[in-house]
Amino acid sequence: MPDGAAVVLGTALEALIPFATAHELIRQRRRDLTLIGPISDMCFDQLIAAGCARRVVASWVGNVQHGSGYGFRRAVEQGIPHRLEVEDHSNFTLALALEAAALGVPYLPTRTLLGSDLLAQNPRLRVSPCPFTGQPLVLVPALVPDVAILHVQRADAEGNCYAWGATGVSAAAAKASRAVIVICEELVEPGVIQSDPNRTLVPGFLVRAVAHLPWGAHPSPVQGHYNRDHAVYADYHERSASADGVRAWLEEWVLEVKDHAAYLAKLGRARLDSLRPKASRLAAPVDYGF
Amino acid sequence: MVAVAAREIRDGEVVFVGMRLPILAFCLARSTHAPSAIGLFENGVVRDSPALEFVVTISDGPNVAGALWCTEMRDVMGLLQSGRVDLGFIGGAQIDRFGNLNTSYVGPPGRETRLPGSGGGGDIASLARRHIIIMPHQRRRFVERVDYVTSPGFGEGGDWRQRVGLAGGGPSAVITTLGLFRFDPATREMVLAHTHPGVTVAEIRAQTGWPLACVPDVTETPAPTPDELAAIRRFDPEGFWTRDRD
Repeated sequence: MPDGAAVVLGTALEALIPFATAHELIRQRRRDLTLIGPISDMCFDQLIAAGCARRVVASWVGNVQHGSGYGFRRAVEQGIPHRLEVEDHSNFTLALALEAAALGVPYLPTRTLLGSDLLAQNPRLRVSPCPFTGQPLVLVPALVPDVAILHVQRADAEGNCYAWGATGVSAAAAKASRAVIVICEELVEPGVIQSDPNRTLVPGFLVRAVAHLPWGAHPSPVQGHYNRDHAVYADYHERSASADGVRAWLEEWVLEVKDHAAYLAKLGRARLDSLRPKASRLAAPVDYGF
Repeated sequence: MVAVAAREIRDGEVVFVGMRLPILAFCLARSTHAPSAIGLFENGVVRDSPALEFVVTISDGPNVAGALWCTEMRDVMGLLQSGRVDLGFIGGAQIDRFGNLNTSYVGPPGRETRLPGSGGGGDIASLARRHIIIMPHQRRRFVERVDYVTSPGFGEGGDWRQRVGLAGGGPSAVITTLGLFRFDPATREMVLAHTHPGVTVAEIRAQTGWPLACVPDVTETPAPTPDELAAIRRFDPEGFWTRDRD
C-alpha cells in the first residue's frame, strides 16, 4: 500500500477490525493515507496519532468503550502530529457512498441528515429536489477507495471468503474498492467456501491478496474465534490522553514489536486463552442437494 | 435513567438501538415489559432477544449469537428510512431547547473541541418514527442553541422538520440524570415532565441553559422496580454502564 492511498478498514464496525495490518502500516511509517470507515473503534485513532493519516472520511472516530479518541482530538484541535482533514458523514451516508461505488452509479439519494450541519460542513453531500416528487433529498456521491482491508474468519487461497456476525459495510467496501486485501483467521482448502455460497462475503475474483493471520483482529472480537479484549481499549484510552503517553504506547505495542508473532508473544498465551469462546455455538448445516 | 428509558419501549415495537447506554435499555425492556420488541443495531444485527450476556459494544459476541439476522448496515438503515422503525435511541454531548443534538464540534469557531461525530445518531434522529435521547444533565450540555446540529431534533421549532423534509417524527423524550422531558406539540420546545427521585425542579432549572418550561403537574419518575434492578444487574453485573461517573 503506497503512501497517499485511500484505504477503507474497520468495515464491520467494532468487530473484525484489522488491527495487525494497521499496526504494520504504523511500523512501515506509511504517510498521507486517507482513512475511510464508518466508526473506527480505536484503530483510526492509533493511525492518526502515529502520523499515518492526512485525511479521514468517517462518521465517528473514537473509542467506543470510552468515548473520545485523544489522538483524533489532538490532530483536529492542535495539529499534532500534523493537521488532519476530516470529511464528516453519518453511518448511513458513508454506507451509501460505498454502495454507490459498488453499484457503479455516481451517487445515491437519501432522506437522512436533512436540516443537519453535516450538510453545510461537507460540500460533497448535496441537497437536491427529487425529480419525481420535488421533496428534498441528500445526494451522496460514490466513494472509491484504493484498497479495502477486510478481516474475516475464513478464506481460501483465491480470496473467496466468509465473515459471520454483522458485517456493517464490508461487502459494500469490497465491491467499491479498486483492490481488496483479505486477512483471515482460517485458511481453508478449495471447495469449502463453495459448500455454502450464501455465506460468501466477497468472491475471490475481486480479491488482490490473502493473508493468513490468526489473531490479526485482536483486540476487536472475531465471532467463534476470540472475544473483545476490553482491557486494551481501557489501557490505550488512559495512556493516549497525552501526546507523550500515546507515543509511549505506540512504541511499546507497535514500533518496538517486530511483527505480529512478537505481538502475540508479548500478550502471552494465558491472555489469549482467556479471550477464547467459552463454548462452541455451531450453526445447523444447510443442504444444497439437487 | 436506564429504567426510565426502557419504559419508553412499547411491547412489539421495532427499536433502533444506539451504542452504549441504549444497549442496556433495550436488554432491560426486552426482559421485562416488552418481550416482543425487536432490536436493530447499526452494524447489521437484528435481535428478538436481549444480548446473551453483558456487552460493551453492539458487535460483541453475546449480541451476535442468537440474533435473528446478521446483515449489512444498508439493510438496517433501509428499514429505518422506509419507516419500519418505531423508536430509536441515541446519546448526546450537547442539546438545545428544540432537541437538536451535537456530537461533533463544541465551542467557538476556530477553538472547537472535536467530539467523535454522528455515528448512526444523525440517521436515527432523521428517520425513526420517534426517537429518545439519553444523556447526562449539566448546564454546559443543555444550551439555548447547539454549536452544531449533528442529529436534528425540531430545528427552530414548530413545523421545521416538515419544512426541511425530514421523514421521522423527531424526539419524543429526553431522559437525563435529573429527569424526563417531553416536547410541546405545537412549539416543539422541550418541557420538563418528570423529576427523578430526590431531584427538584429548581435544581434542573439551574442545570439548564434556557428558561425551562414545565408541564402543569410535574411528578416524580417511579424508582426502578426490583425486577428492573435485577435485570439491569444481570446485563451490567459490574456496573460498567450504570455506576456514577463525572
